[in-house]
Amino acid sequence: MALVLNEEEEMLRDSARGFLAEKAPVSALRALRDSRDPLGWSRSLWREMAGMGWTGILVPEEFGGMDYGMVGAGLIAQEMGRNLTASPFIATAIMAATALREGSDEIRKKWLPGIAAGDTIMALAVDEGIKHDPAKTALAARPHGNGYRLNGTKGYIIDGWDADALIVAARTSGDPGDKKGISLFVVENGAQGLATERTILLDSRNYAAATFEDVDVAGDALLGPLDGGWDVLEGALNAGRAALAAEMLGASERSFEMTMDYIKERKQFGVHVGSFQGLQHRAAHLYSEIELVKSAVLSALQMFATAPQMAGAAAALAKAKAGEVGVLAANEAVQMHGGIGMTDEYDIGFYMKRIRAAQELLGDYAFHADRLATLRGF
Amino acid sequence: MSDLEQFRKDTRAWLEENCPAEMRKPVRSEEDACWGGRNFKFSCPEQKLWLERMGERGWTAPEWPKEYGGGGLSREQAKILKEEMAAIKARPPLLSFGIWMLGPALLKYGSEEQKKRFLPPIVRGEIRWCQGYSEPGAGSDLASLQTRCEDKGDHFEVTGQKIWTSYADKADWIFCLVRTDREAPKHLGISFILFDMQSPGVSTKPILLISGKSPFCETFFDAVKVPKDQLVGELNKGWDIAKYLLTHEREMIGDSGGGGAFGGRALGQIAVDALGADAQGRLKDPALRAKLAQAEIDGWAFLLTMERLKDEAKAGQGMGARSSMLKYYGTELNKRRFELMMQSRGLSALEWEGEASRDGELARTWLRTKANSIEGGTSEVQLNIIAKRILGLPAS
Repeated sequence: MALVLNEEEEMLRDSARGFLAEKAPVSALRALRDSRDPLGWSRSLWREMAGMGWTGILVPEEFGGMDYGMVGAGLIAQEMGRNLTASPFIATAIMAATALREGSDEIRKKWLPGIAAGDTIMALAVDEGIKHDPAKTALAARPHGNGYRLNGTKGYIIDGWDADALIVAARTSGDPGDKKGISLFVVENGAQGLATERTILLDSRNYAAATFEDVDVAGDALLGPLDGGWDVLEGALNAGRAALAAEMLGASERSFEMTMDYIKERKQFGVHVGSFQGLQHRAAHLYSEIELVKSAVLSALQMFATAPQMAGAAAALAKAKAGEVGVLAANEAVQMHGGIGMTDEYDIGFYMKRIRAAQELLGDYAFHADRLATLRGF
Repeated sequence: MSDLEQFRKDTRAWLEENCPAEMRKPVRSEEDACWGGRNFKFSCPEQKLWLERMGERGWTAPEWPKEYGGGGLSREQAKILKEEMAAIKARPPLLSFGIWMLGPALLKYGSEEQKKRFLPPIVRGEIRWCQGYSEPGAGSDLASLQTRCEDKGDHFEVTGQKIWTSYADKADWIFCLVRTDREAPKHLGISFILFDMQSPGVSTKPILLISGKSPFCETFFDAVKVPKDQLVGELNKGWDIAKYLLTHEREMIGDSGGGGAFGGRALGQIAVDALGADAQGRLKDPALRAKLAQAEIDGWAFLLTMERLKDEAKAGQGMGARSSMLKYYGTELNKRRFELMMQSRGLSALEWEGEASRDGELARTWLRTKANSIEGGTSEVQLNIIAKRILGLPAS
């Protein structure tokens, strides 16, 4: 498959770019932060996104979605990255929807239409430590009555604060570190014994910590096979990783553009600082790196449809490379802006903070490099 | 079955039938490959046979028009041919500056007569070309070249010196940049001409490199007579051709960097063979493993970028100055890969003579890669081009 966008995909990207630049630019994130918005994103904006079909972009048509696939979803994420748009798009429309598609008829009927309509927010509760490592899942789920009883904690749940339901990775057998023995459960907000609180991170987005104390769920809350939730979980995480990579690509591209504009304008020693070879070579190197990220991201997004067995590796490549280059882009942006890049008033710092978070979420460079090395037999 | 599927099926069958077993073993070095030409010594009869069979179909230059001996394939068909050759590990039948560089320039700028005269022998590997670009005083600043070409009425006369001419001592013909107007601004007085290396007044002197090999020469021209119909394009317009050709050279050099990066045998597996793995199959040296993984990541992403830029070029957005990005990144990547290969092989990588190391093949190839980021425009020149022509940064 050619590594280019088709006409329909280009139209989707252009309309997303126009919409987000108008409705959710960096100033919108700044306003959410400054007002200490309890949610960290705008419900009215989310409903508008639902109106355009974005919230249901991965939801099958029979449940009210567009079933458009990962290329389209990734393009939207990329445009959100350009604007630093705060929304539960990746948590709900990409990761939760991807996981729910693998669920029973009942589960799909219960949750997917709400996601497509923009009425339901769902998040994936995976991490328990300070480094992403889903195999280490320890939160216990034991049979109890007709269902299961959950005990344990989850942290840094992306868009998990005030979500209508969490998809929780829990251990039903084996030990932390085993991929087998992990099962997924849908736990509704307000469940007895579930306590969540918002975690404020540097990027001002929505994260939650959750404590499960004898939280009882019915048997039909099980999503995917008992003890065999790993594949479903990985599928959802891989989609999330590719989307985060796309978001970081958008953020890298935009901060690079801002930086190039700046060094073409800024004068010191009587000349434009962009005329100095010391900056030009670094800018040209960064440009080359961003070109590599573009290819890795587009290839990963395409593979979910064209070569699903390779999608995990391709998502790992995209996430690792986009994170590495994103950090470089942010660092160079601040350095090349000089003092003004350090001010809160200027937007570039928002890019640095979001990229820092995104490169850590769902596995950092080392995590994905390790996966790829293992896959490649070393 | 679609046309392309049919093409794949036919190609697979033909290759299976026609590619000799000997030509399915990896090429070990530049010397081990087939370069063709009047005086080429084939390493075995199969090498000659493989060149003849592929040349006859025009598949040494798959996308060139049939009328000039090429394969006449579409980009999709050429991609399939490449994939099917890779599937049986078939060697390229011919390495050729004629195919990579001169051919594309002739197809764009050559006269009909020149295309008919020069292209078919390139496809068949009968004439081996070299490139006369750099001079002792004109390296990165190529346009300041001084080799003189004077109009002598019925012919041109060329006098001067070139340097870093790849395989000039083995080449049959040269495509050469010469100064035809000494008064004009430096870019506007250059012409692009072709001549036979057997012409009286041409001599070559190989340059011994740090690798102990001599792939490059100094090339001297002493009043060499060149027929006028061997000027390509217009007089004094040679710089346009030179730039166009450099674009192809950059893509080609960039290509060699990512080659086999992902899909082929991983660098890390070579390291595991040499250094061993733990119970989980992880390379025993974790610091080296991290660096190898990074090279894998960059190698795969670079390969995808080559593919994407070619796909975009086909969709109408020409590659233009972005070939400089491929050249820069591909060559730096290739140097990194060889550094890691040296590290993986430890002390044995240092062997310079002896059968076990094939006379220091790895060490010598590692040294050879140091030129990757110098030849065809240094990395610094590529970064300048990206900064000015793509990013639009102001001149100093």
